[in-house]
Amino acid sequence: MKMVIAIIKPFKLDEVREALTRVGIHGMTVGEVKGYGRQKGHTEIYRGAEYAVNFLPKLRLEIAIASEQLSRVMEALATSARTGQIGDGKIFVLPVEQAVRIRTGETDVDAL
Amino acid sequence: MTRAFLRLAPATTIAAFLASPAFAQDAKIDGADTAWMIGATGLVLMMTIPGLALFYAGMVRKKNVLATMAQSLAATFLVSILWAVVGYSLAFTGDGAAIGTLDRVFLKGMGMDDISPLAKTIPESLFMIYQMTFAIITVALVAGSVADRLRFSAFLLFCVFWLLLVYVPIAHWVWGGGFLGTAGVIDFAGGTVVHLNAGVAGLAAAYVLGARRGYGSDNLAPYDLTLAVIGTGLLWVGWFGFNGGSALGANSRAAMAIVSTHLAASAGAFTWMALEWWTRGKPSVLGMISGAVAGLGTITPASGFVLPMQGLLIGIIAGAICFWACTWLKLKLGYDDSLDVFGVHGVGGFTGTLLAGVFAVGAISASPEMPGGVQGLLEGNPQQVVTQLYGIAVTLVWSGAMTFIILKVIGALVGLRVRQEDEVMGLDVSLHGEALQ
Repeated sequence: MKMVIAIIKPFKLDEVREALTRVGIHGMTVGEVKGYGRQKGHTEIYRGAEYAVNFLPKLRLEIAIASEQLSRVMEALATSARTGQIGDGKIFVLPVEQAVRIRTGETDVDAL
Repeated sequence: MTRAFLRLAPATTIAAFLASPAFAQDAKIDGADTAWMIGATGLVLMMTIPGLALFYAGMVRKKNVLATMAQSLAATFLVSILWAVVGYSLAFTGDGAAIGTLDRVFLKGMGMDDISPLAKTIPESLFMIYQMTFAIITVALVAGSVADRLRFSAFLLFCVFWLLLVYVPIAHWVWGGGFLGTAGVIDFAGGTVVHLNAGVAGLAAAYVLGARRGYGSDNLAPYDLTLAVIGTGLLWVGWFGFNGGSALGANSRAAMAIVSTHLAASAGAFTWMALEWWTRGKPSVLGMISGAVAGLGTITPASGFVLPMQGLLIGIIAGAICFWACTWLKLKLGYDDSLDVFGVHGVGGFTGTLLAGVFAVGAISASPEMPGGVQGLLEGNPQQVVTQLYGIAVTLVWSGAMTFIILKVIGALVGLRVRQEDEVMGLDVSLHGEALQ
């Protein structure tokens, strides 16, 4: 099993969700995060006081999948989240040791 | 001897409370004037709660929003009580040059139909409470300079000392029959008494307390400017009562004052917006509301003395000069006047009081006591400008020096500034045990 962690631009969420549904993914966890990379922040000015806002709002998706699905999920994610502009985000893949569905007690791939 | 005195004391005290000293016997309560002034009183009280509360709170950081509102609330209830008990009497009774009398302490002797010689067509109780709303907002304004770092206990003590030692004397000198008014200083609704006074006091406070932690390096961006915009709306509308009500009657002078006020606010907002757009590339909402308040504060002393188009011009000048004060002067002099009380109210009050002496049109202030009215520089009376400068100088020196002393005393008593860790955690939690979720 793998855990796919994707940092994406917030407005891309619906597109990404639809693309993942098409490759058989029916669940994920989404969090609102702040971050920066090569994309610079913006400047706000309040009565002459200038503030450089370095952190930009992003979304962090966590998707637990069976290892066989990995290449299809990576492809769907990257394609749907891409705009071509700086700040599109990153995808990381981590191994998952165990998984449990709390309601039924199913484990590992049956829990996904 | 002592026994006899003690027996008589309660009787004489009660008699003194019930006796009504003969105030203006020839004055008469007018229904229209009274109705308007009741409305104006409500409008001006609204300027503090919730007007100023929202205006200020929207501009501080989230962790200090409730504490900032607490200051407007506390100013309202504390100043109200003090004003009725002793403030009104000291400010608006008698004809002493330096201070009033204790004739109306605890409002004693103020019967339902009594009239003050200073407002001959409305009940004295109404005049008293109208003036109360001015005292409230002036005290509440000062806190803006030291937002995010003043102890609540220190603020409460400040309300008491500053009201009695700074606001009351200046109000008496300009409006209550004191030496500035008799010298000819004109101030329709509070350029000196309210705005310059609060502005200079704020500057003194900013100097005494020092800058916020992280000033110049941290992000101190406003929590929610929508609150500030709503507050501005309430202030703007409320100002119709602030300036219009200063005519103390439902008459054409009140109407003219309202028109001048509104045009000054509009011109101030437009000018600040234009200058900001030109110099910084974008017209900010904060700039628009700041310009409006700058225009309103600046027109305040002149509103019942000038023509509407002069009000518009004063608004343009206000927008420009206050924009300069808040963006260039403040950075140059290096003080942390958090909510620009000096930059907007101090500079605005100064400018407006001076311009009142420039633009005053005699016909508008003509009265039976003064048929020619007060004429300014442009009507051939340059002396008025000098008189205005005199009033400005006295206000500036008294407010600045006394505020400094008062703060030093409060600092010795309870401490002025919150502890560093409380400042970091936020005043809502550390001072009041509450937080926005």
